[in-house]
Amino acid sequence: MTGSILFEAIAFLAGAIICVPIARRFGLSSVLGYLLAGILIGPFLLGIVGEEGEEILHFSEFGVVMMLFLIGLEIEPKDFWKMRKTIIGMGSLQVAGTIILSFLLFSFLGYNWPVALAVSMAVALSSTAITLQSIKEKGLMGTTYGASSFSVLLFQDIIVIVMLGLLPLLASGNEIVDHGEHGTGPGFLDDLPMGWQTATIILSVVAVVFAGRYLIVPMLRWVARTGIRELLTASALLIVLGISFLMELAGLSPALGAFLGGVVLANSEFKHELESTLEPFKDLLLGLFFMAVGASINFAVIANDPGSVWSILFAVIILKGVALFLVGSIFRLKIDQRLLFTIGLAQVGEFAFVLLSFAFQLDILSQAQMDLMLVVTALSMTLTPILSILNERVILPRIGTRESEERPMDTIQQNHKVILVGFGHFGSTAGRFLQAFGVKATILDNDSNRVDFLRKIGFEVFYGDATREDLLESAGIAEATLLICTVDNPNTTRKLVKIVKKKYPNLKLMIRAKNRYDAYELLNLGVENIYRETLDTSVKMAGDALHELGFRNYTIRRQAKKFMNTDEDMLRELANQHQNSKEYIFKAREAIAMQEKLMEEDLKRGGIPNDHHWDSEQMRLVD
Amino acid sequence: MKKILILFAHPRFEQSRTNSALVRKVRTRTDVTFHDLYESYPDFHIDIDREKALLLQHDIIVWHHPFYWYSCPPLMKQWIDLVLEYGWAYGPGGTALQSKKCLQVVTTGGSRKIYCAEGRNNYSVNEFLRPFEQTARLCGMKYLPPFAVMGANKLSRDDLGAFAVQYDQIIDCLKDEKPLAALKDCVFEKDLPEINKA
Repeated sequence: MTGSILFEAIAFLAGAIICVPIARRFGLSSVLGYLLAGILIGPFLLGIVGEEGEEILHFSEFGVVMMLFLIGLEIEPKDFWKMRKTIIGMGSLQVAGTIILSFLLFSFLGYNWPVALAVSMAVALSSTAITLQSIKEKGLMGTTYGASSFSVLLFQDIIVIVMLGLLPLLASGNEIVDHGEHGTGPGFLDDLPMGWQTATIILSVVAVVFAGRYLIVPMLRWVARTGIRELLTASALLIVLGISFLMELAGLSPALGAFLGGVVLANSEFKHELESTLEPFKDLLLGLFFMAVGASINFAVIANDPGSVWSILFAVIILKGVALFLVGSIFRLKIDQRLLFTIGLAQVGEFAFVLLSFAFQLDILSQAQMDLMLVVTALSMTLTPILSILNERVILPRIGTRESEERPMDTIQQNHKVILVGFGHFGSTAGRFLQAFGVKATILDNDSNRVDFLRKIGFEVFYGDATREDLLESAGIAEATLLICTVDNPNTTRKLVKIVKKKYPNLKLMIRAKNRYDAYELLNLGVENIYRETLDTSVKMAGDALHELGFRNYTIRRQAKKFMNTDEDMLRELANQHQNSKEYIFKAREAIAMQEKLMEEDLKRGGIPNDHHWDSEQMRLVD
Repeated sequence: MKKILILFAHPRFEQSRTNSALVRKVRTRTDVTFHDLYESYPDFHIDIDREKALLLQHDIIVWHHPFYWYSCPPLMKQWIDLVLEYGWAYGPGGTALQSKKCLQVVTTGGSRKIYCAEGRNNYSVNEFLRPFEQTARLCGMKYLPPFAVMGANKLSRDDLGAFAVQYDQIIDCLKDEKPLAALKDCVFEKDLPEINKA
């Protein structure tokens, strides 16, 4: 436990660099890797990071603030307005339901009612950091599960302000409150009457909206004109910090303020600039946050009374799960989305740290009660990602099978000859053209809403993860003559190819590849028909450019075809060489070497004059 | 045994009754190379090296296509333009095709009555095909009289079958270098002496 800040920084960074790749290697989310790294370097294992863990936790909560700002950036104000019903409906149901269930549990355990209520409020809140990070990692933000989770979490961000306001009322006659120390603790408004508080809250929200439009955007334009890049980074940080400070001053959650700020700026021209600037800060801070959570797990408390820690932990996760599952049922989430939603949000979140320690200061909780609940919180954050993995790997695949058994009609109709995996922008274009020829492909897609919509308009669509063998089987892969994969994510594509190549070696595959490197990997997996999304369009574009410059269209067209054919040949030639370098960093270097090589080859072949057809020059020379 | 290459060009093959009947017979033969040009080069980007290699591997070249505007479909013309290169097929050193035989197989909508001096079209199919004849000749190939299935739109199923058999028989005879005397009531009949001479 050395006090050197450098040494601690090294411990955190090294922990992350060692644990996160290992977690990813086993297919776990990076969140879990960070949490394990935190436990590893924490006071109870290696002891590199000690009591300071608490401070780091508070500091790194800023990562959550940044994440919400970035999420806000991706949501246009009108979309946000559309979500208001889900936010309020799902959110209030989830919070109220969980508080009631949890209150019953803790009353039953013999806690007196203010304690039980304070604890229940903490329990009702889920972890924005863990849930949204995993959702983004898996690219599920656009699904019903993603949107529902986001709505509930946003509501929790709002309701936590009310909770912080209510806590002092639970403290019987104890007025000694230490304001200054706690990030999300109540601000100067506490002494004001209720009406004024509301007014100030509304005022600060309006202030954020107006500042976004009339202060921040002009400021960014001004900074952009200087052309100094780091100033833009500074401005981005200033914006997030400024909004957070304003919100804290008004007693609002900084995360909520940052989210609002993000939404306001979503329409501005700086959207992408801000995103790319803040992304690394957010990721690092969130990683730090997860590690701090891991480090703060007090194993001494567990050792003292393992029975009650584990039983409370499981009771809390189960009751949260029950409440979430009910909410999911009421809002008619499909069963698989509902399960993802249930388990995804079943942990007690980072706001619990704030609420619990505030309740402790108000003398509502005893030290022992607070320690116990803090451990439960941290453990639940570690446990739910593991439960999610179980859910995705063990439970969901079975449910998928059952669903298709329930609908034999679907299965019979699906025995077409073509399976089309992915129905996004790429896949839908392909599918439409197939349909123009009366070819009705069996479509597999993993967005249940899109699936429902497509079914409604008459497409035959299977819902689910196409890398699941049972789903491929029920889609009729055994009878299929052709499988077309238009999936955007190269990892999914490769996984799918490996499965199909192994199980159905005779099935003809047509695979979309993101780029040359993706194509190499696919070639090395034995795929013949590879469609690089970056080839045809780029050559066509260059061709049109040449036409603008005065070259004749037919010449360009012939050369373009020739160019693409050569490129395809070269792709196959170079695929083997590529196989030898697997690490990402080398690939990046290889990319440059490859471009060089391609250019050289082009030069060697020479330019346009290669085409001597319809050319009377040679004959003239003889005559 | 002579090796036969059929170069087939039809932009809308799936709609052609006559050519389906003709092609069905010959394309399944293992002793004939059937090369569907519109299927191989839908974008007119002909692989010239491949085409030259094919030509060198065969002794008898068949140009098989419908008769459009008194000529061949554009891809067939593109093939002639691109593959029969100066210095390879003709011109100085252009001897690659020397002494190969060339047969043209065409299907026409109009009947033989229309394709004659008294008819609407004024000239016979053989006359319309002079440019092809001369092309073959310039490349040093022996140009056989064309096998024309005429009045294709009005042919019965049986007629079509009979033409398909004749096509098949012609291929047989050419392959084995036998005279075509056995072919009776054939559209080819008038040209038989010339064919057998060649």
